[in-house]
Amino acid sequence: MDIIKEHKLSIDTPLKLKSGKTLNSYDLVYETYGQLNDNKDNAVLICHALSGNHHVAGYHEGDNKPGWWDNMIGSGKPINTNKLFVVCVNNIGGCHGSTGPASINTETGSNYGFDFPVVTVHDWVNSQKVLMDNLGINKWQFVVGGSLGGMQAFQWALDYPDYIDNAIIIAAAPKLTAQNIAFNEVARQAIMNDPDWCGGNYLKEDKMPKRGLALARMLGHITYLSDKSMADKFGRDLKQEKIGFNFNVEFQIESYLRYQGEKFVNSFDANTYLLMTKALDYYDPVSDSEFIDKISSTMTKFLLISFTSDWRFPPSRSEEIVKTLISHNKSVSYACVKSDGGHDAFLMKNDNYFDVMRTYIENN
Amino acid sequence: MARKDFKVISEWVKKDSRILDLGCGDGTLLKLLSEERNGSGYGVDTSIDKIMKSLDNNINVINANMNNKLDYFSDDSFDYVILAQSLQVVNDPVDLIKEMLRIGNEVIISFPNMGYWKSRFYLFLKGRMPVTSELPYSWHSTPNIHLCTIKDFKQMCHTNNFTIVDEVISSGKGSTVSSSLSNLLGESAIFKVR
Repeated sequence: MDIIKEHKLSIDTPLKLKSGKTLNSYDLVYETYGQLNDNKDNAVLICHALSGNHHVAGYHEGDNKPGWWDNMIGSGKPINTNKLFVVCVNNIGGCHGSTGPASINTETGSNYGFDFPVVTVHDWVNSQKVLMDNLGINKWQFVVGGSLGGMQAFQWALDYPDYIDNAIIIAAAPKLTAQNIAFNEVARQAIMNDPDWCGGNYLKEDKMPKRGLALARMLGHITYLSDKSMADKFGRDLKQEKIGFNFNVEFQIESYLRYQGEKFVNSFDANTYLLMTKALDYYDPVSDSEFIDKISSTMTKFLLISFTSDWRFPPSRSEEIVKTLISHNKSVSYACVKSDGGHDAFLMKNDNYFDVMRTYIENN
Repeated sequence: MARKDFKVISEWVKKDSRILDLGCGDGTLLKLLSEERNGSGYGVDTSIDKIMKSLDNNINVINANMNNKLDYFSDDSFDYVILAQSLQVVNDPVDLIKEMLRIGNEVIISFPNMGYWKSRFYLFLKGRMPVTSELPYSWHSTPNIHLCTIKDFKQMCHTNNFTIVDEVISSGKGSTVSSSLSNLLGESAIFKVR
């Protein structure tokens, strides 16, 4: 079993953000798997979603849990590292090593905190292009992502069509609906109404808005699962034998959600969570005045995958992207995979899903 | 070896055409049209197994039910919309052909002929619903809910103002049948409709 080490790239060239602000310097933390070939054309970029990071596969020294998409990426897996060179980077604004709200702003000498600029999918793609150039990669054979990661894959095909052969967009949407934004807003309010959030500058106050962030995660987690998967896993099972007519944790699902919330706050930054939800809310490439030009000129091939029980980004949302691509005569294939896994199905092993991925990747 | 109807379709389809293949199965036809006619376009199939096989044939394939998801495709966006050996499984053949004509310049449809003498004899002599090599299902487990004869098809086209511009009727042995007895001697039929 290979032990994976992360790498850090420090960039001094300013990154102009969509908001109009600029990051003068920033770090990108990333991991790679497999070997880049001599032609430098077997590279795959994995784009992570809201709570993901650059540790996508393999094990870190001393860890007993692999990266978050280890079932998909590795030797002999659908994204086969025997043939492909896989790269995954922690996006800026993140909290796993790349520059984000918890990082020290070299210009002020203290944490960015709530002063960290709002970043967008567009900005992430630009920063990923900087990493690509630094790694000497000429072209991504595949850019792959689920959910918010799928939006980045789509954006790559629009912004850098000459640098990407295939975009694999999984469980994504072309933009958020009012309901999607509403869920994000409740998550943000949970964080920002926690007194320990301290106007976003909790690190300076030596505090953590743990209750708010845990609530945001619990809410998010409900929307990532399906009714059926929750029913199958927890039903109405109780922790004790009988109901207690009180407000303690009684049902297994309550216990599970609290556990998920508590686990999350120990590995995630609240301001990063706020930024990620904003990036989701703002994403709307079709409204870009240059969209028609961009989509018309890209030669990228697309694979879209959705899951039947996903109600956060249901199949109809992927189908909107498919329809747009077809109307511009793009090369696109689409699979709607039967699964009870909800939105999180994109992270789970599923024979049809993995076979579609494997078949497409082997043929492209 | 290519299916007889695929051979005819490939002869009909002009070079560099945009093609939509409904019920594309494993994608063999689109692959053939891409290789022989430099055609491009999409296959549509409802089965995830067929999607995988089509991906393995390296064609564009959309996982959708042709009975209700053709709003993917805008008016007059294809040169040909093809329905090969799938007419009998669709919910509403007339509605589907109207949709195909909306999307494509020309429509190509192939189907098994229930007027074929073997089918007639099967029902006549055995008194049972025909089970043949082209239609191997029992009546209770068949996906073929709208079987028709060549005469039925022509009548349907006439009633709905679909213009038949070309047709090839094949016998069981694969030779072309061109007599007035085609509804009796033809095992399968291919029509081009506008």
